[in-house]
Amino acid sequence: MADDKDVLRDVWFGRIPTCFTLYQDEITEREAEPFYLLLPRVSYLTLVTDKVKKHFHKVMKQEDLEEMWFEYEGTPLKWHYPIGVLFDLHASNTALPWSITVHFKDFPERDLLHCPSNSVIEAHFMSSIKEADALKHKGQVINEMQKKDHKQLWMGLQNDKFDQFWAMNRKLMEYPTEEGGFRYIPFRIYQTMSDRPFIQKLFRPVSPDGHTHTLGDLLKEMFPAAIPQDEE
Amino acid sequence: MFESGGIKGCTMPSSLLWAVDVYGRVYSLSTAGQQWEQCRDAQLEFKRVTAVQQCCWGIACDHQVYLNVHASDVPIRYQEETYENQRWNPVDGFSDRLLPSDRWQWSDMTGLKHQTFESFHLPSENWEWEADWYVDENFGGELTEKGGWSYAIDFPASYTKDKKWNSCVRRRRWIRYRRYKARDAWAKIPSEEPRQLPDPFNDISCGGWEISDEPQGRLSLWAVSLQGKVWFRDGIEHHNPEGLGWEEVQLPGEVVQISCGPGDLLWAVLWEGQLLVREGIGRDCPKGSSWVVVESPSSEVGAIHVAVGVNVVWAVTKDHKVWFRRGINSHNPCGSGWIGMVGEMVMINVGLNDQVWGISREDRAVYFRQGVTTSELSGKTWKAVSVPRDGDRSHSSASTSSLPSAGCFFSGEVRVQSQGSVPSDVDSETERASAGGPTSPKPEDAPKPRIPKVTSDSFISELVSDRESQLGKRDGGTAVASIQEEEQGGEQEGKVLPALVLSPSQSGGQDPQWSNVDLEEAQTHQAVGPASDTAETSSLSSVATYNLGLEEPYGSDEHPLWAWVSGGGCTVDSHSQLNWFSSSGISSSVQSMSLSISPAQTAAWRKQIFEQLNERSKREMENFKHYEQAIEQSVWVKKGTMQWWRDWKPHKWVDVRFALEQFSGTDGNKDGILFIYYTFNEEKKYLHAFVNEVTILVPVLNDSKHTFAIYTADRTKQRWPIRLAAPTELEMYDWLALLSVSCCDSRGIQGPPSRQAIWSITCKGDIFVSEPLASLEASPYPTPCDQMFWRQIGGHLRTVECNSVGVVWGIGYDHTAWAYTGGYGGGFFQGLTSSTDNIYTQTDVKSVYIYENQRWNPVTGYTNRGLPTDRYMWSDASGLQECTKTNTKPPSPHWTWVSDWTIDYSVSGGTDREGWQYAADFPATYHGNKTLKDFVRRRRWARKCKLTTTGPWLEVPPISLSDVTLLPCMAVAKLEHVPLWAISNKGDVLCRLEVTTEAPAGTSWLHVGTDQPFKSISIGGAHQVWAIARDGSAFYRGSVSAQNPAGDCWYHIPSPPRQKLKQVSVGRTSVYTVDENGNLWYRQGLTPSYPQGSTWEHISNNVRKVSVGPLDQVWIIADKVQGSHSLSCGTVCHRLGVQPMEPKGQSWDYGIGGGWDHITVRGNSLEAARFSMSALADSMAATRTAPRSPLALRSQEMNGNAVSC
Repeated sequence: MADDKDVLRDVWFGRIPTCFTLYQDEITEREAEPFYLLLPRVSYLTLVTDKVKKHFHKVMKQEDLEEMWFEYEGTPLKWHYPIGVLFDLHASNTALPWSITVHFKDFPERDLLHCPSNSVIEAHFMSSIKEADALKHKGQVINEMQKKDHKQLWMGLQNDKFDQFWAMNRKLMEYPTEEGGFRYIPFRIYQTMSDRPFIQKLFRPVSPDGHTHTLGDLLKEMFPAAIPQDEE
Repeated sequence: MFESGGIKGCTMPSSLLWAVDVYGRVYSLSTAGQQWEQCRDAQLEFKRVTAVQQCCWGIACDHQVYLNVHASDVPIRYQEETYENQRWNPVDGFSDRLLPSDRWQWSDMTGLKHQTFESFHLPSENWEWEADWYVDENFGGELTEKGGWSYAIDFPASYTKDKKWNSCVRRRRWIRYRRYKARDAWAKIPSEEPRQLPDPFNDISCGGWEISDEPQGRLSLWAVSLQGKVWFRDGIEHHNPEGLGWEEVQLPGEVVQISCGPGDLLWAVLWEGQLLVREGIGRDCPKGSSWVVVESPSSEVGAIHVAVGVNVVWAVTKDHKVWFRRGINSHNPCGSGWIGMVGEMVMINVGLNDQVWGISREDRAVYFRQGVTTSELSGKTWKAVSVPRDGDRSHSSASTSSLPSAGCFFSGEVRVQSQGSVPSDVDSETERASAGGPTSPKPEDAPKPRIPKVTSDSFISELVSDRESQLGKRDGGTAVASIQEEEQGGEQEGKVLPALVLSPSQSGGQDPQWSNVDLEEAQTHQAVGPASDTAETSSLSSVATYNLGLEEPYGSDEHPLWAWVSGGGCTVDSHSQLNWFSSSGISSSVQSMSLSISPAQTAAWRKQIFEQLNERSKREMENFKHYEQAIEQSVWVKKGTMQWWRDWKPHKWVDVRFALEQFSGTDGNKDGILFIYYTFNEEKKYLHAFVNEVTILVPVLNDSKHTFAIYTADRTKQRWPIRLAAPTELEMYDWLALLSVSCCDSRGIQGPPSRQAIWSITCKGDIFVSEPLASLEASPYPTPCDQMFWRQIGGHLRTVECNSVGVVWGIGYDHTAWAYTGGYGGGFFQGLTSSTDNIYTQTDVKSVYIYENQRWNPVTGYTNRGLPTDRYMWSDASGLQECTKTNTKPPSPHWTWVSDWTIDYSVSGGTDREGWQYAADFPATYHGNKTLKDFVRRRRWARKCKLTTTGPWLEVPPISLSDVTLLPCMAVAKLEHVPLWAISNKGDVLCRLEVTTEAPAGTSWLHVGTDQPFKSISIGGAHQVWAIARDGSAFYRGSVSAQNPAGDCWYHIPSPPRQKLKQVSVGRTSVYTVDENGNLWYRQGLTPSYPQGSTWEHISNNVRKVSVGPLDQVWIIADKVQGSHSLSCGTVCHRLGVQPMEPKGQSWDYGIGGGWDHITVRGNSLEAARFSMSALADSMAATRTAPRSPLALRSQEMNGNAVSC
């Protein structure tokens, strides 16, 4: 039976097989083998690549090590986008595994945010959660949670603990039945070929005349180009 | 598949809101529906209706009272009886030659009343005889011989079924059933002698069903005559829906309108504008005793309308202002003061749950008061019910209703619309004059039985306020006339276009003055819609701005005008999801035209999403499984603080730290360990349990602590669970949900229960399921049943029954029937531990009882001063616990009181008129009449409380049940329809039609006639149906088969000597019963040719309930089971050694308990490979020290029951 838990699990446990290759111009002491990993779609690159860092550190000199960053076919990968978004945005049509180039030099300051530690990712993650809850419940749910609850959410993500994460996240996904939905649907439409990195607008789950909006309705309103023209 | 079944048989139970439009047409709106359905069989226009759940009363334009009893699968039957008496004489033997001093040859039971067959008549033409008279051969639960005669020495005496040497007289009972046939139709209530009712009825109000449970279906019906007299309809009850007759009630003035609440509230409005409150209404006096006058809410204008509920009174004054009365309760029916409310209404009606309905003065729409809750009885806002009538849109109604001809209806609508505005100024004298004037065709002129406008107008004006119109003669006349002038002017522009579009012939035929008023009115309504705000805009063009509206210009501007609404039969509360509201009338029509998302669509989408996700996972991960995971799995620990009920004496709650460590086991399953860290003698210690050894988690909510119990197999043997209390309820549920997931994960259990699952219910109504292993019924080495793992399923039930094809039914404490939806979770299992499909709101209502105890003393008689050694004067049943009205709380915070304390007269043993039961001393057996030897008395008080939870259950309305049974079969069995039998709350035997795995709720009930009420039923293999009557005797139903699902006749089976049977369960072949003294009986001598068997064989005592499964396995709930630490009541037990050749088994194995109330193993057809019974079983039985009965000594403490009964 395809009910929500199954869907949630499938989303959570979505993995992208990735091959990390050191950038050819990086100076190594010996040849750097590619590194293969299954990356969780719902995590952040810098959060799950400790192993990658260690792997390449072994072949490089200490003085050559700057902040690690990733690039795919010339595009620097924004760590603050979820991995699944990055993949679908840039590489959905490539053959697997996804081939990511690892850099330790020439950090593209204009394109990427620095990520000196996991606490930066945590702050980013929590601010996304808060932003979404502000749209969903005027921020009431997240504000009523205790510090440890926030921590549980983050630890759930960091340690890939589905139950731990969802035990808390479900509270963020609930709404009173009489209201029929969230206040607004938190969404972002990411685009590759645009000046604006993403579209984000207020969107109610239910139309003024009472019918439930679908994802199709949202796209029709926000990004009609995404809808195939031949469809009714 | 399931969805379609759901729509057919088990959607949310629907109930009806009734309304009358200004033309006197009666409509009903289902809580599950989205349009008003016209009550088409009404030949007449109606003035008013008053609805309750089972029926609707109305006053038609002929001023007669009509009753519409809703059809039910169970007929309304009344048993007439008469006795045939005979005396023995030496010449003729027994003959009808009686002594002159004897009773009549045909008499009632007492012999005081002469009653021949001919003296019985049908009470009205709405009844019919079911069959002819026949002899009742059942005598006090025993079968009589020789034509139903019972014998005695003389009249009157005690009768026996056996003829003795000194039996000089005999009698037998003849019975005949009559049946109420006028259902789902307006049946005229036969009027009595005309002189008694000099003037026609003007108002009517029905209520009072909460005053007393007896007789069943009792209602109070109050009526007001045109002269202002008030009448009470006597004798309305389930078996006599029409009641007996009208009784006039004396009044201090003349009444215009009356309102009767579900309980003891009754208010009326006087001509002068004051209000009358009836006092003294109660069980013994439903008519009440006296009137109290309450002044009108407003000092300037009088009241014209009042509406009462259980705890609320609303009123409307002549200026249409709405008022709410503060401080109403059954001790103070007058309340304390008025609060003015927003909104202007012509009338208000209070329905079930004190929900409020009204008709607005401005637009004549029906409004619902939103946000009415027990804590906020006045609600929040008015919200318009904006749904179309069934004829409003011909194309859509064609599919949704049985409209005879859309076209003809359409033209009718236009005419209606043209009259629509009338009531808005009915209180003007001009209006009244024109209504009564030459424009009015007489009723006979109408082409249809429906009487057109004028008649209805006249009574609408009447019902708004007769007196207003008279007043208007003086001051209102000219002003209104001038307004009409203006309207006429505005009409000319506005009228043309819509009239042409709609129906040219109609517009030509209309009286211009009428259509004029009409159009102006139509414009007013349209102003609600954003686009039509000016009078110049025609209705067509305004609609045209909505492109969807173009196709049906007539659809949107037709706004029904309502005259009366009655919500007394409409089950809604502040949580109800109704599809009746939208922001405006226009958008409602747009909305209903646009495709809304159906559950089937959602399911299809979800399936699609799930499949696409699966596909993606496969594509992206299948070939890369050997890749390393980015995040390594590790141990996850959750910690918290709790209190723990210490294992050793003195038992007490001690503070502990509690931790759950979860890790992935070697087999990939997750596993975990529970730790309880405590301090003993300042030494830190801990107790632990492996999650995979936990057999059940039982929440034990009470008003002081948020506790739950954790059992393992060992703890079950000891009857001593780990008992923990969380600091808050929320934390308790968080822990329970987490532990439950953890336990299920460690056992690899997920999703809904299997079809083989064993279901059980605790005495708290919590539902548990266990997945049986094939070895559970293995012989000689079955899995001990203390090792069974139980998990909780949301919902609250008293009884649950299932079979192995996946059909599960439950019955709540309030006797509501529920069908299992195939989901899991609900209740506190939210998010991940719950399916999102198939979880619905479930409510249950039960009574909490306390006892008032009194002792007699020679000076003051019975008083509440007991002896020092006596029990509390207010106590629980045992007398050990003090329970006063104020300190008694609902069973847990989840329950809320929904009634006040009332005396319970339905106590076994009977009561006197004040509910007292008498006895020589406490504790003793109580009886209902006082004797010289009685020094103490007690009476029981009951208060209802309600629980609202969620679970995978959908109500099967409308009939309340007391028992249900499904055919047990093998899981592979191919059943077209699953045989399901039930006993209604009233004791009727019912057979559910078209129950299938896909549509488990079936479609309808087939009533199976019995001569007396039944209480238990079970269907076994080969369609053997056994049932227990309320008198304790057993019955076997003959000739039941798949082709003849209801069978043909009942065979009386005598009960075991001196025992009244209580419950029956029939397996593949075995028949077991339990009697009221807790004995378990096995039916001997059943053969295919003689399925009734021969004798009862005693198996065990201390048995509360039995469930026999499709393998003839026998499981019981035992009353007392001794564990090593404590004794438990209500324990699941499994009969060991049951073999095809030894169906009675040998001994008991003890499972989970105590506090268990119900079990069904009728889904478990998992058969283990059988071995021949060997001596091993005996020795094992011996080593398990299983006695023949689960009786144990009452020596140890009782607090081992996690859930105490």
